[in-house]
Amino acid sequence: MAIFVDKETRLLVQGITGREGQFHTRQCIEYGTRVVAGVTPGKGGQTMDEVPVFNSVLEAVRETGANCSMIFVPPAFAANAIREAIDGDVDVIVAITEGIPVLDMMRIKNYLQGKKVRLIGPNCPGIITPGQCKIGIMPGFIHKPGGPIGVVSRSGTLTYEVVHQLTTKGIGQTTCLGIGGDPVTGTSFIDCLKAFEEDPETKGIVLVGEIGGTAEEEAAAYIREKVSKPVVGFVAGLSAPPGRRMGHAGAIVSGSSGTAQSKIAVMKDADIHVCDNLGRFGDFCAGVF
Amino acid sequence: MKIHEYQAKELFRSHHIPVPEGYVAASPDAACSIAGRLGSFPVVIKAQIHAGGRGKGGGVKIARSLDEVRSAAEAILSRPLVTPQTGPQGRKVTKVLVEQGLDIDQELYLSIIPDRSTAKIMIIASRAGGMDIEEVAAQHPEKIIRVLINPLTGMAAGHCSEVAAGLNLDDSLAGKFSALMEHLYGLFIETDCSLLEINPLVITAQGNLVALDAKMEIDDNALFRQKNILTFRDTNEEDPLEVEASKYNLNYINLDGNVGNMVNGAGLAMATMDLIKRAGAEPANFLDVGGGADEKMVENGFRIILNDRNVKVILINIFGGILRCDVLAEGVVQAARKTGINVPVVIRLQGTNVEKGRGILAASGLNLITAEDLNDAAGKIAEIVGK
Repeated sequence: MAIFVDKETRLLVQGITGREGQFHTRQCIEYGTRVVAGVTPGKGGQTMDEVPVFNSVLEAVRETGANCSMIFVPPAFAANAIREAIDGDVDVIVAITEGIPVLDMMRIKNYLQGKKVRLIGPNCPGIITPGQCKIGIMPGFIHKPGGPIGVVSRSGTLTYEVVHQLTTKGIGQTTCLGIGGDPVTGTSFIDCLKAFEEDPETKGIVLVGEIGGTAEEEAAAYIREKVSKPVVGFVAGLSAPPGRRMGHAGAIVSGSSGTAQSKIAVMKDADIHVCDNLGRFGDFCAGVF
Repeated sequence: MKIHEYQAKELFRSHHIPVPEGYVAASPDAACSIAGRLGSFPVVIKAQIHAGGRGKGGGVKIARSLDEVRSAAEAILSRPLVTPQTGPQGRKVTKVLVEQGLDIDQELYLSIIPDRSTAKIMIIASRAGGMDIEEVAAQHPEKIIRVLINPLTGMAAGHCSEVAAGLNLDDSLAGKFSALMEHLYGLFIETDCSLLEINPLVITAQGNLVALDAKMEIDDNALFRQKNILTFRDTNEEDPLEVEASKYNLNYINLDGNVGNMVNGAGLAMATMDLIKRAGAEPANFLDVGGGADEKMVENGFRIILNDRNVKVILINIFGGILRCDVLAEGVVQAARKTGINVPVVIRLQGTNVEKGRGILAASGLNLITAEDLNDAAGKIAEIVGK
């Protein structure tokens, strides 16, 4: 079992003919992901390696039965691409693109209301169910298939670090995903916690947060009420100065809110095992799980 | 991106949002000639810097004669302005805004922000204008009105009347207030604001609504479609090394510590700074070279860290995903050869092509200290800083 995606997932890639799109599509195929279609407007009828390219998502879905879309479209056009995927009737959308204007994402988020499709990201590394499929830009080889840990994070390389340390300790993963570093994201920590709690193969959860916003606080409240599995938490940005955007558009301490200190306090209050030393994250998890 | 008050007021004017008559000056002479042009006293002289709390630092002065205008402008322009937000070294002031004084009856607070947790646009208003809104929110939460707007459907008459009612505005102001709200909302959307704040919005003795102050911040992600706003960028307000880094699309923030660091990915970069602090040292910067960095970016990032005179040791922490370890290693070697390294450099590599990367570093003949993992890296930093 896994959450959101597995070996049955039929992937289409929006922006497949771009430099990034091509590179990562190949990596996904190499990992074993079933990439069934690509979409680049105006390039319908071509192929990228063996993958047929279509002009629109609707056409690609109709012709190939794709049920998931990965988006590599540049920021200026990404919101439209996401909207096309929503209207194209896929089940899951994974938006990798970094730098989408906040206003565009707010419109998308409201457009998603009441629809069944799940949007992961944007500005995220994607999602991987180790040994089954990789939909994103993470290095596949650092993961260990078979579970029992689910990993959810707001970041990219920090997730790789955490996963690598788990794997080094012999702890495998069910599914690992980044929800994205932007202020407005399609999927929340809570959506992932709910799915991991319901997934019988996931026995424990790692939640990696960072400064800015209130996603960690909301997650902590949810965990206290609804999650029975052990949760290890980490929050990046203890040393971040207030008022500065730390790389991720969403990683900013505004006034006195959104600090790592306050998030850690709230998480500990909800009985989350918060690790304060990234250098020893693997050992810490081995102790808890 | 932040812009100056006088720039925000230009935008206000062109969007039919009432502001006091005023012009910007770079010298006491120019300030006097503007005051002469305004025709009557008092006038207000306001320092134009991006940091807030200008009033508390003496950056806002009222003048009742040309002599007072001159001495106020001289005082503000002659030395760095220290406010609660500038840090003790203060900020150099190169421009003042000279404005007509108003006869004020009441001060209100009004702002528009994107609310990340609801993905709605939030109007925040209060009758407690002219004060620090965070303080008001903490001490008198009942004095704050919040109204949410769905960006898909936009602002409707109901939103305006809800805010007006919350502010307890006189019926005679209702028409003016909804016009103001509509123009503000329009400006917010049109310019991709991440903050649009008027504190205070005043009701004058004559019964007019006027934006006495104007603060705008623009979503950095939207600058590609805000060419007009980009011309407002004032690099004097930015750290010189940060300006340099921005030329190469590097996410760099200069900090006070002495451990320079270069990391790929914002989350890992923050966590690396935390690790440095945990090791008993202070990070000199935040530098995320990004997932797709090439040799050139790595080289430029390394050079910028070396240009920071406070840096006593450098930690490079790369988890190779898209950015392969061999590419990183090449960049570091190139930069080191061109710039010369005069401080110890600890490098921790992991991920894609890690062996190849380590090989390149080893073969370079450079004096680099390699760390096995993060824990090892933190220990080595602590050891060097402790010496």
